[in-house]
Amino acid sequence: MAELMVADPRRHGAPRGASVTFSPDSRLPMDAGGSIEGVTIAYQTYGELNADKSNAILVCHALTGDQHVANVHPVTGKPGWWTTMVGPGRPIDTNRFFVICSNVIGGCMGSTGPASVNPATGRLWGLDLPVVTIRDMVRAQAMLIDHLGIDTLFCVAGGSMGGMQALQWVASYPERVFAALPVATAPKHSAQNIAFHEVGRQAVMADPDWLGGRYAEVGKQPTKGLAVARMAAHITYLSEGALQRKFGRKLQNRDAPTFSFDADFQIENYLRHQGSSFVDRFDANSYLYVTRACDYFDLAADYGGSLARAFVGAKTRFCVVSFTSDWLYTTAEARAIVHALNAASLPVSFVEIDTDKGHDAFLLDEPDFMATTSGFLESAAKARGIGA
Amino acid sequence: MNGEASAYEIAPSSARVDLLVLADMVERGSRALDVGCGDGSLLKILAEQRDVDCRGIELSQAGVNECVAKGLSVVQGDADADLVDYPDDAFDFVILSQTLQATRRPREVLQHMLRIGRRAIVSFPNFGHWRVRAQLMFTGRMPRTRTLGYCWYDTPNIHLCTIEDFVDLVHEIDARIERAAALDRSGAKVRVNAPWWAWNLFGEQAVFLLRRKDAI
Repeated sequence: MAELMVADPRRHGAPRGASVTFSPDSRLPMDAGGSIEGVTIAYQTYGELNADKSNAILVCHALTGDQHVANVHPVTGKPGWWTTMVGPGRPIDTNRFFVICSNVIGGCMGSTGPASVNPATGRLWGLDLPVVTIRDMVRAQAMLIDHLGIDTLFCVAGGSMGGMQALQWVASYPERVFAALPVATAPKHSAQNIAFHEVGRQAVMADPDWLGGRYAEVGKQPTKGLAVARMAAHITYLSEGALQRKFGRKLQNRDAPTFSFDADFQIENYLRHQGSSFVDRFDANSYLYVTRACDYFDLAADYGGSLARAFVGAKTRFCVVSFTSDWLYTTAEARAIVHALNAASLPVSFVEIDTDKGHDAFLLDEPDFMATTSGFLESAAKARGIGA
Repeated sequence: MNGEASAYEIAPSSARVDLLVLADMVERGSRALDVGCGDGSLLKILAEQRDVDCRGIELSQAGVNECVAKGLSVVQGDADADLVDYPDDAFDFVILSQTLQATRRPREVLQHMLRIGRRAIVSFPNFGHWRVRAQLMFTGRMPRTRTLGYCWYDTPNIHLCTIEDFVDLVHEIDARIERAAALDRSGAKVRVNAPWWAWNLFGEQAVFLLRRKDAI
């Protein structure tokens, strides 16, 4: 096992970047069949693990997120993706909890993915990497948690695809999760969600520079296709109300339409910017893998069609959160999770946060959302005997 | 859902003596669901004083947040829409405190409670109380009392009933009354062996412990 420490670990609470590559005898079994060897997991930690190792929180990132949850992103130079939730004095308080966030398998920020090298061939994995599922991602995270010497996680938290991982954690390792915080997520990917993902994948694969997934070997990137994929996806993260409030029909730096196909409207300009900045930090093949992982997610199907059965026997306390204007992962989906947890007799709390900010609301500073999660973690920490 | 009055807030806190009467009906160490649990006062009493494994349902966001912060397991939802999703016999007790009169379909709510739980505990303000009757009689206007403080046009209490009305409904859905109590203005129980008509006249609130005909 090789481990690489990047940040100065002596600074209390400072983010630490690390990466672990597992030896060939610790293979990662994959749902698609077979297993992969030499798996690498890149991760960040924040705060200190306490003496009885009871204060670890695993934060799971969403589709195109990564391990840089609460520090400045090394590629974009922007703040971490969940600084509203994670940090000193935030609901997931890094002065109190030991926070771990790892890049998912199939991702492109240092963990094994299509853009990393296959140790067996010395070439980039590309599409030779078996298709990754949410359960594979969680299995890899469990290897990381073992590696860190942690038996039971105090909490697994995540929004969107991160929420799916939180659900999967409790289904796969019920005894290892004390509390779970799945946010803006669903127990399965809907037809509509699969449809949007397919549009994105087709945009990538239609780009002539995609080259059947071998673009990196010849120094190319299907940036146009990936940008279009991101533009389409980004619409699904917002709500009609928020788009109307923010952009309406406002024109971009002009007084009248140009009667051309320029980005006359501010919303066009905004989406183009979202697309072009995305391709600087994300790998196109990775996008195919992570979207596919969501599509295949159907937790009930793994348990004979009964979602409740996925949770039977677990003692994990849950707090499920949804947002009123999120049409990607709706409140109805959150309620399905809550009903299953109730049917399986797990202690569950549920709130629907009133906001017009759509699916992305889970990344934003919504006061009610912060208050609920603080309260939930506070009481769970008390039950777990974690000091302030 | 924000901004809607919690059904729990209908009675002022001083009138919540029914909570203790109610808690007293819940077996120690049992499993209970409090429908319309408000800020979680009853859940807290049950968990701390009677070792009850309890859950709650609450309509208002503020109520849910307060409960979650107290470490209680509470789900945002309402009695009319969400009880249908709970499995049969999931709880020993299902409690509906001061909420029945604010539900859209009280009869169905009561039936679901008796399906989900072995026992149902219901408390409600009694519209048959002499002050209510007197107000209507002598002022000719919709009564407004300490426990029923709303104007007719903005009240959430759309299905008010008297104690005798409630007893009729219990018979109609073929449930059994195990215990009942009427509380007077001070919160004290009205004399235990008074007949229904006396309870109906002097009870400001009523608390009933019900079971299904076939429940053990």
